[in-house]
Amino acid sequence: MSYFMSLNPLSLFRAMPGSIAQGMIWGVMALGVYITFRLLDFADLTVDGSIATGAAVSVMLIRAGVSPIATLPIAFLAGALAGMVTGLLNTALGIPGILASILTQISLYSINLNIMGKANQPVSVDNYPLVVSLRYVTDGSVSRLLFFLGMIVFLLALIAVMYWYFGTEQGHAIRATGCNGNMARAQGINTNFIKVLALMISNGLVGLCGALYGQFQGAADVNMGRGAIVIGLAAVIIGEVLFGKFASKRKLAFAFTLASVILGAVIYYMVYQFVLWLKMPSEDMKLFSAIVVAIFLAIPYLKEKRTLRKGASK
Amino acid sequence: MAYALEIQDVHKVFNRGTINEKVALNGVNLNLNPGDFVTIIGGNGAGKSTTLNAIAGVWPIDSGKIIIDGTDITNLPEHKRAKYLGRVFQDPMTGTAATMDIEENMAIALRRGEKRTLRWGVSREDRELFREKLQTLGLGLEDRMTSKVGLLSGGQRQAITLLMAALKQPKLLLLDEHTAALDPKTAAKVLEISDKIIAENQLTAMMVTHNMKDAIVHGNRLIMMHEGKVIYDVAGEEKKNLQVKDLLAKFEEVSGGEFANDRMMLA
Repeated sequence: MSYFMSLNPLSLFRAMPGSIAQGMIWGVMALGVYITFRLLDFADLTVDGSIATGAAVSVMLIRAGVSPIATLPIAFLAGALAGMVTGLLNTALGIPGILASILTQISLYSINLNIMGKANQPVSVDNYPLVVSLRYVTDGSVSRLLFFLGMIVFLLALIAVMYWYFGTEQGHAIRATGCNGNMARAQGINTNFIKVLALMISNGLVGLCGALYGQFQGAADVNMGRGAIVIGLAAVIIGEVLFGKFASKRKLAFAFTLASVILGAVIYYMVYQFVLWLKMPSEDMKLFSAIVVAIFLAIPYLKEKRTLRKGASK
Repeated sequence: MAYALEIQDVHKVFNRGTINEKVALNGVNLNLNPGDFVTIIGGNGAGKSTTLNAIAGVWPIDSGKIIIDGTDITNLPEHKRAKYLGRVFQDPMTGTAATMDIEENMAIALRRGEKRTLRWGVSREDRELFREKLQTLGLGLEDRMTSKVGLLSGGQRQAITLLMAALKQPKLLLLDEHTAALDPKTAAKVLEISDKIIAENQLTAMMVTHNMKDAIVHGNRLIMMHEGKVIYDVAGEEKKNLQVKDLLAKFEEVSGGEFANDRMMLA
């Protein structure tokens, strides 16, 4: 009873805008994970490294005097470069996809330390005109409104660009490569090149997310990407489970699917905040995240198994 | 006139130097005239599908040459040869992308051998063309162009794959037992569509089959393979007058009467 008494609904309410903002930023990363995991059918663990790379590049450039907004495309490119390494390890050197991405991820840990010079580099909103910051969310209703409006416009624009891109010939080539490599090659698609390209776009988005998140929390940290892939997967899967049916029936189904991935990330962080509020120790949160993802990944498999068994007994 | 296809002394050994070593192609020689429709028969492991895969470039060959319409393609990777080839596979799942729409699949095929640009994947004119082509199948697919291909039956998928293979005129159409996974009625329908598409587009084609009757009825030329070689090659009137029993006799002659345990169909 005293446990329940100790829970303060107001503190949960106050923390929510920050969680939603965090979820929207991680939504960018989740879109990247969606590209590799769902469209390309490639389990890419590069992201744990490339998200920190994006943050490191952005924060260090800002500290060197570069305008915060100008660091965003550079962080995208840095992420894309990481994706290219994974892609080439896989396609040019024949290293299995997951292993290739782990190799890149591990090497990025050293590279990120080299970029930053040490494990953690702060960038304060007091000294720099950051694009996003937790301060904007907590600082009063006008700046909060502007922040969320800005984020929503940015995310909608990102969805629009991705919707367009995956409707082009090149986007079709990526989807065909992920769905059926034999078909793609038979139609003259260079599946190796396409894999590298998709990994670059995906990790570019992850790098961009890292830059935004580094500015948002006011620091780049070499460990900030640990378990990022799990959060990305959680967002993709939560989005699919909750909004999949809704999205697939619409016109512009693909745009709705992308939006549901971002919503998945937002919901993930809201639940995360809620569980923290219930006084779950924060060191257990990664375990909690992994269990959630494992359950949601298992559900479709177990469902199908059950229907198969039912079909057999008839 | 140049041959549509020249296969010169092609060899291929799988798993060389291991206990599973298998001589798959043992000096294949074959020339196809433009417009030839060749059916290929032979027992399991005779090298029929392997020959088609060698032409398509699924893996590099050990030695020999493959020339399509005067262009040596022996050293080209699979995706670069696609420009010359239309392909339909045994497994109906292989020829199409299940998670993509019918029209998206066809649009990918319409751009076979071209650079994939940032233009729209399916244009309005494309849709007109696809609708027209799908109507010729008589399967009602022209009204389902935005359906995912994964929702279609095997026969429907094979029919679409055939259309796709011919959308952009190929120098050579490769049909690799493309009716083997279908029920007899659907197989007959897909064969009928194949004949029609080959005739209408005046394609040069190779069709691997296990059905001797189909091999005799379809095409203008028939070859039999055995142990990685072409051992029998008939065309024209002689081919038309072939009987299944002639082929069986021929087959028995080369394989020493061991055909009973083979997958070859007599009907």
